[in-house]
Amino acid sequence: MQINRRTFLQVGALAGGGFALSLHTSLLAKAEAPTAPPDLKPQAFIHIAADGGVTIMARASESGQGMRNMLPMLIAEELDVDWKDVRVQQADLNEKIYGKQFSGGSANTPMGWEPMRRVGAAGHELLVTAAAGTWGVPAAQCTTRSGTVHHAASGRSMGYGELAAKAAALPAPALSGVKLKDPKEYRIIGHSQRGVDTHSIVTGKPLFGIDTQLPGMLYASIEKAPVFGGKVKSANLDEVKTLPGVRHVFVIEGGITLAAYTPWEPGMEPGIAIVADTWWQAQQAREKLKVDWDLGPAVTQSTDGFATKAAELLKAPPGSTVRKYGDVDAALGASAKTVEATYQFPFIAHVTMEPQGATAHWKEGKLEMWSTSTLPADGVALVAKTLGIQESDITTHMIRSGGSFGRRLQNDYLVEAAWIAKRVDAPVKLLWSREDDVTHDAFRPGATVGLKGGLDAQGKITAWRHHFVTFGDGKQATSGGGMGQDSYPAGFPPAYALYTSMQPLMLRTGALRAPGDNAYCWVAQSFLDELAFAAGRDPLEFQLDLLSNKKMPWNSGEHDAVGDHEPTGASVLIPERFRGVLELVAEKSGWAKRAKEPGRGMGIAAWFCHLGYFAEVADVSVDAQNKVTVHRVWAAGDVGSQIINPNAAESMAHGGIMEGMGHLGQEITLEAGRVQQSNFDEHPLMRMRQAPVIEVYWRKTDYSPTGLGEPTLPPILPAVTNAIFAATGKRIRTLPLQRSGFRWA
Amino acid sequence: MSIQLNVNHESAVVDAPSDMPLLWVLRDLLHLTGSKYGCGIGACGACTVLVGGQAVRSCMTAVGDVGSAPVITIEGLSPDGRHPLQVAWEAIDVPQCGYCQAGQIMSATALLQKTAHPTDAEIDAAMSGNLCRCGTFTLIREAIHKAAQTGAPTPGK
Repeated sequence: MQINRRTFLQVGALAGGGFALSLHTSLLAKAEAPTAPPDLKPQAFIHIAADGGVTIMARASESGQGMRNMLPMLIAEELDVDWKDVRVQQADLNEKIYGKQFSGGSANTPMGWEPMRRVGAAGHELLVTAAAGTWGVPAAQCTTRSGTVHHAASGRSMGYGELAAKAAALPAPALSGVKLKDPKEYRIIGHSQRGVDTHSIVTGKPLFGIDTQLPGMLYASIEKAPVFGGKVKSANLDEVKTLPGVRHVFVIEGGITLAAYTPWEPGMEPGIAIVADTWWQAQQAREKLKVDWDLGPAVTQSTDGFATKAAELLKAPPGSTVRKYGDVDAALGASAKTVEATYQFPFIAHVTMEPQGATAHWKEGKLEMWSTSTLPADGVALVAKTLGIQESDITTHMIRSGGSFGRRLQNDYLVEAAWIAKRVDAPVKLLWSREDDVTHDAFRPGATVGLKGGLDAQGKITAWRHHFVTFGDGKQATSGGGMGQDSYPAGFPPAYALYTSMQPLMLRTGALRAPGDNAYCWVAQSFLDELAFAAGRDPLEFQLDLLSNKKMPWNSGEHDAVGDHEPTGASVLIPERFRGVLELVAEKSGWAKRAKEPGRGMGIAAWFCHLGYFAEVADVSVDAQNKVTVHRVWAAGDVGSQIINPNAAESMAHGGIMEGMGHLGQEITLEAGRVQQSNFDEHPLMRMRQAPVIEVYWRKTDYSPTGLGEPTLPPILPAVTNAIFAATGKRIRTLPLQRSGFRWA
Repeated sequence: MSIQLNVNHESAVVDAPSDMPLLWVLRDLLHLTGSKYGCGIGACGACTVLVGGQAVRSCMTAVGDVGSAPVITIEGLSPDGRHPLQVAWEAIDVPQCGYCQAGQIMSATALLQKTAHPTDAEIDAAMSGNLCRCGTFTLIREAIHKAAQTGAPTPGK
């Protein structure tokens, strides 16, 4: 089935809270049809030179998740060439010939697994057909190995290079009919292949968006209002125009409509763009700007105000019911024991190491862009709409970025670069400062969650009541702030209710790696730990028991916490897989025999998201000053039958764990509408001395392979905070850690 | 003003205000873009280069203060990209996004010049000023140990 943007966005809108949440389910349901879209041609992806050199096009955007390896590896495997002979080239944006070129929702593995292998197999079939035709023998008698076709009966061989011209002239076979290898024959898939850009990275070659260099290029920086959506009333533009190196100064009117719900791409933020000979000069000129801002209605927003309103909403009847089965209130009333708790997590920022930016060149009515977007086609559409030009007049080069983590799914910086370029007779490179990047992020929204759980006399869960207080207009949650019907543990407790209440928010929010799940897992797995403790049961045994007694079917597959591409087409969390990773991590960490001593403890947690299952155990110590050290983390993952690029996969798991630990110490706060943090000193990342030893284990199952960008992350947060509880008896219900009296050692 | 620098064993003359950070001189005037901008306040280490053999944050170093001290950037670490740290980094395939890695390698170069065979604790102490948003710390540590085994020559030689 063909996927198009329209379907994709429609599904996302229904899901609520931004389409990144539903990328995997909506796209997968369609992309995972057994055949690739009919318009994928092997010739578009595979180029074989007469000398046998093989170039494979990487279609997806690369921001460090290894897409330039993973997708071409799938093609190379079925093409039957040696990886060392393959040169990978990043494709420009052209979804008509490459299919979807975005990277998000851990979707490239499940989306590409079948189509990319079929593209490689189709190329393989063309080469074999060409050889068989040359020799006048049946194709079935030909075999291949390492870029050569052999005919054993006659002892003849021809290299792919010799056959390339003839093969390219043949009609491409239908992808649905090509023969795929038996996985036992894999020589590339499942074998670690070094990052195709690693040599360029370690030698400092220009590779990243920020490194784009064009003749006569100018540099741009934008001063935006200290409050989201604030507009320029007046400024000393004439003075700034005379400063050294300054070529142009533009007032950006912008297009933000401030409402209770801020959409995924809310429009251009107003500000003042300064274009200069160097970025440093543009920055220096910014410091001399004197702007009178109309700060607008968002100036009334503050973190304290949000907290006050959330507390009111938590006490009031919920705004809406997302999911309910059983009589929760009656079940809680009849329980032998109940536990009640309020959890709070803050807004946080993406802080990609490379700040946002883009390069654009407007020339003779055409726009050329060097884009780090991970949703590049939507970027083009947004640029065309904003500038009033045709998409067909835009050429987009897809440039490696220094990290996305969901930030580059939004295209605000790309639109800004294009907008400026259209007014300048030269190529323009826009770069945000780190301060711009932190204060104008598409934040992961915070929330307050009221929970009440019941236990029977045997210590089994009787009911789970979950009141999620988020941001939005009452119907639509802010991007990244929605919660779906099947978010774990929905479906497992005998009686369950998930309610949502919303308060208005005038701020850009968005998807941060494992959107929703990166916080909902912490809430659910912390509260499960609380219930287990109240029941006097081991948290692992308690959760395995819960997983064995599923009460209700899934309601929906179109949200963050649920989705798969099972042969049945059903979209469900599979309890056996969830249990499997928990049991594996318990075995590897020695959970059953863990030491229990004051100041040191282990915590366990698991989650299912973006089609992957991860369980993690953290071994943590807490000193007398409540400083927390994570000594060791064990992770067990189930992402199906193949770990396509094992070293990269393990590294991705390390990354998810380090990032999740980082989340525990981060917050973005607002005062008088202004973001209070601006750089790494105030929104810290983990550092090397804080990095634990990490052990990663794979539980290979028969399911089709799925992605690793996201599911590795969520469990580490509750694994660490549950370990802090085990070590100290103090439950962390408010993040960041420092708001609960703890901090990193 | 005209400033003479010694960058990667070559003389370079730039026209820049003396308070312009070395990072932006390297990136935007000399087009040596291997050193990266991450924070501008010396908090992330992505811009780390060697000045007079010391690892410095080039975003916080005014070009006017560099004088004749030799500047070594990732591009000049070795003539052929085969410095033991580069070889080790490649063999272990350290990078994910890769943006911080030039700064990591330059900090590691300074470390190995002082301490040929650092312990984990010494590595942590020397490298904790370099952030890696992707979380490749374990691999960085491993790569430094691996390079230490092969011995690190003077940069650029």
